Formats: sequence, C-alpha cells, structure tokens
Amino acid sequence: MTTMAADAGAYEAVFDAALAADERIEPRDWMPDEYRATLVRQMAQHAHSEIIGMQPEANWITRAPSLRRKAILMAKVQDEAGHGLYLYSAAETLGTSRDELLDKLHSGRQKYSSIFNYPTLTWADVGAIGWLVDGAAITNQVPLCRCSYGPYARAMVRICKEESFHQRQGYELLLALSRGTEAQRAMAQDAVDRWWWPSLMMFGPPDDASAHSAQSMAWKIKRHSNDELRQRFVDICVPQAESLGLTLPDPELRWSEERGHYDFGPIDWDEFREVLRGNGPCNAQRITQRRRAHEEGAWVREAAAAYAAKHGEAQA
Amino acid sequence: MTAALALGDDALVLSHRLGEWAGRAPVLEEEVALANIALDLLGQARVLLSLADDEDELAYLREERAFRNVQLVEQPNGDFAHTIARQLYFSTYQELLYERLAHGSGPFAPLAAKAVKEVAYHRDHAEHWTLRLGDGTDESHERMRRGLDALWRFTGELFEPVEGCEVEWHTLHDAWLTRITSVLERATLAVPEGPRRGGWAAGAGRQGIHTEPFGRMLAEMQHLHRSHPGATW
Repeated sequence: MTTMAADAGAYEAVFDAALAADERIEPRDWMPDEYRATLVRQMAQHAHSEIIGMQPEANWITRAPSLRRKAILMAKVQDEAGHGLYLYSAAETLGTSRDELLDKLHSGRQKYSSIFNYPTLTWADVGAIGWLVDGAAITNQVPLCRCSYGPYARAMVRICKEESFHQRQGYELLLALSRGTEAQRAMAQDAVDRWWWPSLMMFGPPDDASAHSAQSMAWKIKRHSNDELRQRFVDICVPQAESLGLTLPDPELRWSEERGHYDFGPIDWDEFREVLRGNGPCNAQRITQRRRAHEEGAWVREAAAAYAAKHGEAQA
Repeated sequence: MTAALALGDDALVLSHRLGEWAGRAPVLEEEVALANIALDLLGQARVLLSLADDEDELAYLREERAFRNVQLVEQPNGDFAHTIARQLYFSTYQELLYERLAHGSGPFAPLAAKAVKEVAYHRDHAEHWTLRLGDGTDESHERMRRGLDALWRFTGELFEPVEGCEVEWHTLHDAWLTRITSVLERATLAVPEGPRRGGWAAGAGRQGIHTEPFGRMLAEMQHLHRSHPGATW
C-alpha cells in the first residue's frame, strides 16, 4: 500500500466512524467525492425548487382576495427566496458557488421539484399548495434535520419551522373556502382534485425503482424510504381532508386494519416521467421566466460589482 | 378621514407594485428585500385604511376615481432602475413626512412612530441602489438617469397639503430636495430638470385623478374579490 492510499484509507475510516456514531460531517472534514457530489446535487435541487416554487404562488399575489391573505402570501413567497438563499449558502460550503448552480439550473443540467411544473389556476390552488405540497415537503424534510451533513441539517431546521407555518396557512385558507359560498367550496375541491396525485409523486419513484436511495440511506443523508414517507403523508392527509369537508380523488383510499395504514390507489408514474422529462404543463414557462429574470438582471449585478470594485464595498 | 385614505392608498398601491416583482428580481437578495418593503407598506396600509373604514371594502370595492394615492406610486415598475428611482423619491418623502407626523399630536403619531423605522430602511435601500446604479457601469448610469427623469414630473404632487396632516409642507419639500440632491450628487447623477407636475387643472392622485395604467392595476387587484360578492376569504 502506498502512503497516499494508506492516508485515504485512514480518512475514510474516520468518516465512516463519524457516520456510525451519528456525528455530523462538517465542511472541513474529509468526505468521499461521491458523498460531496450527492449532497451538492440534492441541496442544489432543493434550492432551485425554492426559487422556481416562488412562481406559481407569486402568480396570485396581485389577485389575492383580501389584504390579510395578500400579506400572508407575500410573506410566504419571501420565505421561499430566503430558503433559496440558505440552501445556496449551504451548498457553497462544499465548494460550489451559487452562480455555478444557477447556471446549471438555467441550462437544464440540474432539476427542481417537478411539482412546480403544474399551474395555479385558481386562488384555491394557493391553499392546496400550502396544505399538500408544503405538507409533502415537510414530511420529506423533517428527517433532513438529522442529515449527516451539518450545514444542510442546520439549514433544514429553520426551513422546516417556516414550512410548517406555510402548511397551516394553506390548510386554513382551504378551510375558509370550504366553509364559504358554494362557488368557494367548489374551487377548493377542484384544487385538491388537481394537486393530490402530483403531491404523492413528490416522494419520488417507488423504492424498488429509486436510483439514489440506497446509497443516500447508507450515508445518512436520507433517513426513510420514498414509500415510507409517502405512506406517512397519506396517513396524515386523510383525516385532515375529512376535517376540511373535502374529498381526496382516490376511490381506493380506505383504512386497512391489517396494515394500520390507509391503502391508496396506483400512482400514474407515466405522468411523473413525462413531467420530469420536460413535458409538464409549465416546464418551459417556469424555466423561461427564471432565465429571463436572470438575464434581465445581468446589468444590475454588473453595476453592483463595478461599484464594489470602485469603492471597495463588500459585494451586494 | 382624507389623510388616512391618502397615506393608506400610497402604501397600498406601492406595495402592490412591488409585489409584482416577486419571482422576477435581478438577484435573490432583492427578492427578499423588495418583498420585505412591500410587506411593510401593506402593513401600514392596513392600519391606515382601517382607521377610515373596512380595509377590504376600501381596497377592493372602490372605483379608480375614489383612490387618493399620489400618481408616483401607481407608476408601473419599468426596469430595476425605474423601480429604484420611484423608491428613492417616495421613501425619502415618506420618511420625512412620518418623522414629522410621529412628533406631532395627530391621530397618525403612533403609526408614524412605528412606520418611520421601516421607512428609514426603505430609503436606505433605495439610496444604496441609486449609488450602485449611478456610479456602477455606463449602462446602469444611463438606466438610472432615465428612471429619475421619467418620474420627476410626479414628484411635485408629493408636497400638496393633505387635509388632516399637520405638517409644514414647504419645509418638507425643501428637506426632500436637499436630500435627493445630495444622494444624486454622490451617485454622479444630475437632479432632473423639467416640470414637477402635469399641466392639468383637474389635479392629480390626491383628487382621484390617476394615470392610465392604474385602472388596469386595480382591475387585476380587485377582480377575484369582486367576482364573489359578500364572500369571506
């Protein structure tokens, strides 16, 4: 064995021991290249989802039907920009800059959550996104607060607190609609009908078809399997839908005494793959708007950099 | 409550315009900053409009001619420099106005005392960007100059006395001009020349006379609320 190989072996042993002891890996610690790459990919995708996710909700800021709802929605969209900032910063601790990651988003080399490729057609969609999409995100993200990589885990603690606010606000928005006029109730039901199945797809492919799951579980980046989290989400949502007085669009949904869980119908994975492949209703629109904002903002960023260079100011 | 409507509508309308930036800002930090300013303004608007009547009835059920905001705040966003020019003119005015109201004994003193801290941040944000854009690149300088020039003719109206605000409008104007002049000088920009108001005896925003884009803004803002008469949200 060469000295270098022996060193690498020793580093790897320290890394493995830290994982085994459930300790956090920090930016300066040695880590396998694949672990680093997996984290960058996952954190970038999460950050991209936050900033692309601003679009379907921002779509309703200018039409929010009361000033209270408008304030709540604006604050929510602002939180998402903030989450994007923490996550890009957390990814920077692994040596990848925000510019690099944005470039990969804009050129399609990195992805964002497919759920944001669906349109927000009515005001009730804002509620359905809060209740179902943020609800699914929280179910996915709470375990990430215990992720083995320190900066990611810490960012997730703060993000999860804010997400659970968003989820409650979405639920409360739908509750107001379901107790409102007939037209409002119908609007709420229609939104839930459209968002339910895409929300279930947010947990990713079934365990036997998930490309990265096993390794991520071994590295303690991921703590539960896709199917486990999906089931947890369904179990939470069914009683909530009953309290809302709304139905979920799945005739096979029923409690199983035997499993101690709700059974649910088959998910249309063809649709999932199509949307992932770029053929969802809003894929082109979302990325075009993101690119346009970035390109139209180039002169602003250049001006800030030029000013900072002239005046020795820390860059904006 | 003429004054509550005037100040409340200023805040409501500018908040709405800033909300239109969501998802379109040039850099992520500005998504956060512009939303923050929009939220502060919306909070102010809700307090002020509630002093006059029901906030939602006022925001969603008045016709264009019943709004009392200055025309400056309803101007469309334009590019980022245009938005910053609007922010600079308005937040400088609003800070000076609220400082005076906070020290007075009128009904707006408590609100103004709280809001002036928020507005000081808005003004600081606008000044910093005016400096960066004015003294950044040739392109940003030119865009900032165009924004300042285009909006200059809406600045005269800011100093028209508002009934119910016990303020010396003349000294408020002088303080505003001194501050704007100093910022623009530091930003290597000239104070625009040309008229400060439109030549129409009917008046402007404070009299319910608005500019053409405002009706379209209200149509968008009000349509959902108006589509469901009597509904609660």
